[in-house]
Amino acid sequence: MVALTVEAPAAYVAAGQRIDIEKVSHQFELEGEPLPVLDEVGFSVEPGSFVALLGPSGCGKSTLLRLLAGLDHPTEGALKVDGTVVGDPDPSRILVFQDPTLFPWRTVWDNVALGLEAQGILKSSRHRVDKAIELVGLGGFDKAYPHQLSGGMAQRVALARALVNEPRLLLLDEPLGKLDSLTRLTMQTELVKLWQEAGLTAVLVTHDVEEALFLTQRVLIFGPRPARIVADITVDLPYPRHRGDPRLAELRREALGHLGLAATW
Amino acid sequence: MSSIETVASIPLPLRGRGKTASAAPCSGGPALQRITPVSSAGHGIPRWARRLSGPLLLVAAWHLASITGVLPGEVLAGPSTVLSSAAKLIATGELQEAMLVSLRRALTGLAIGGSIGITLAIVAGLFRLGEDLVDAPMQMMRTVPNVALIPLLIIWFGIGEAPKIALIALGTAFPLYLNVYAGIRNVDSTLVEAGRTLGLSRAAMIRHVVLPGALPSALVGLRYSLGIAWLALVFGEQINATAGIGYLMANAREFFQTDVIVVCLVVYAFLGLAVDFTVRTLERIFLAWRPAFSGA
Repeated sequence: MVALTVEAPAAYVAAGQRIDIEKVSHQFELEGEPLPVLDEVGFSVEPGSFVALLGPSGCGKSTLLRLLAGLDHPTEGALKVDGTVVGDPDPSRILVFQDPTLFPWRTVWDNVALGLEAQGILKSSRHRVDKAIELVGLGGFDKAYPHQLSGGMAQRVALARALVNEPRLLLLDEPLGKLDSLTRLTMQTELVKLWQEAGLTAVLVTHDVEEALFLTQRVLIFGPRPARIVADITVDLPYPRHRGDPRLAELRREALGHLGLAATW
Repeated sequence: MSSIETVASIPLPLRGRGKTASAAPCSGGPALQRITPVSSAGHGIPRWARRLSGPLLLVAAWHLASITGVLPGEVLAGPSTVLSSAAKLIATGELQEAMLVSLRRALTGLAIGGSIGITLAIVAGLFRLGEDLVDAPMQMMRTVPNVALIPLLIIWFGIGEAPKIALIALGTAFPLYLNVYAGIRNVDSTLVEAGRTLGLSRAAMIRHVVLPGALPSALVGLRYSLGIAWLALVFGEQINATAGIGYLMANAREFFQTDVIVVCLVVYAFLGLAVDFTVRTLERIFLAWRPAFSGA
């Protein structure tokens, strides 16, 4: 693994969690037949870095993220976060879904506040809720209900709801997948900024090659199901990046090659 | 599809064919303009007045039939007699007292039946063991018409207040059970997962995710239950009542006072309306977050 030339701001690096995935295999049952989705996947992620898991739809990368969040447990192998095996879901590592999954009966503010409320620390940390809402650029929308928000705004609330817990690992499951392309570009830039400011470890699952290369420092490419890693690309470009950067185009060609799509380039 | 394209190609000011077409032509760009349907554009008489004219005509016909003797008082008293006897009943305080008694019966029955229904629904909705134990008997019992239980209720509870309230409780428990149970089971599983990633405990999940998610369904159940409470009240008050609207009606029947019977029927209707209004208000308060709810 080549040392990264770009790093998150030094002051925050310690805040991110380290991930070690050791020979993880996972299978589902489909009509009584075992359906393997992950096949001895293993890799590590440095604390404070931003990594993308890229692969075709249904290859099992989202499953891996769910395992990391603790929503499911692997059939074989171990996932460790900061050296400890992942147990039940914990607000220190939060999964942001493709859909905002906001609680429709709660206002923006109350949605963001729920994590702190559940921990019983809301009274003393109301300012954290305000700050998180401010951070995603939704100040003034505190009292809006989810149905009053656009798709991009709702996804920002979902991000704020995750960030308010001051997670040390942010798991992003195609969080921009359902947004329109313009909102998507804006949100990509904002995601990088949020990651830099919060100084956490971030893992992004996507099937968008440009998005993976533009946002992250390292792109792990998965083959078709059952997923195994077919390539590990380091994106050696400083932030802020430019979409027209020739180096990005080169990396894109390489990534598409690994995905078996070289002919389209 | 083609009709949509046709509309899109018409210049904006022409789209609203009614009054709005000539008013305020759009100054460039696809600005939104309110288009009033031709039917509600108004023809002099306000809509509410037109809606009211039907019932008024009916009452007028009724009045005409009774003063000409086509409709004898023993069959159905005329509107004027009904009004005067209503005034008499109110003046003596009989009507208010009867209403209070009936309302109390309905609400007591609903409170008992509702708490049983909701409790069982929560047990069956949240726990698989609860579902196995509770759901099958509830589904079986709900198909028995509860009016058919009156003889049994009389044997069990005698002819006092108890069988009347038991009948209402029985009737109201099932709609609330069914709807709260369905509401809990239909809570969006992705929201439950979102709650899990936020680290919600089981209790917090029930309080913050499951129960609020089941609330719209529960209110539908409440509405059904209230409707049935009224029906059960009418049946229940036929069992040897000594007070309440049913008692008033039974007495009137003895003396062929059709006017008093009509007054009681009107009171039942108004109480039902009042209760429906209460549920609507509850929905407006508790379901303000719902996009589908466009206001009562």
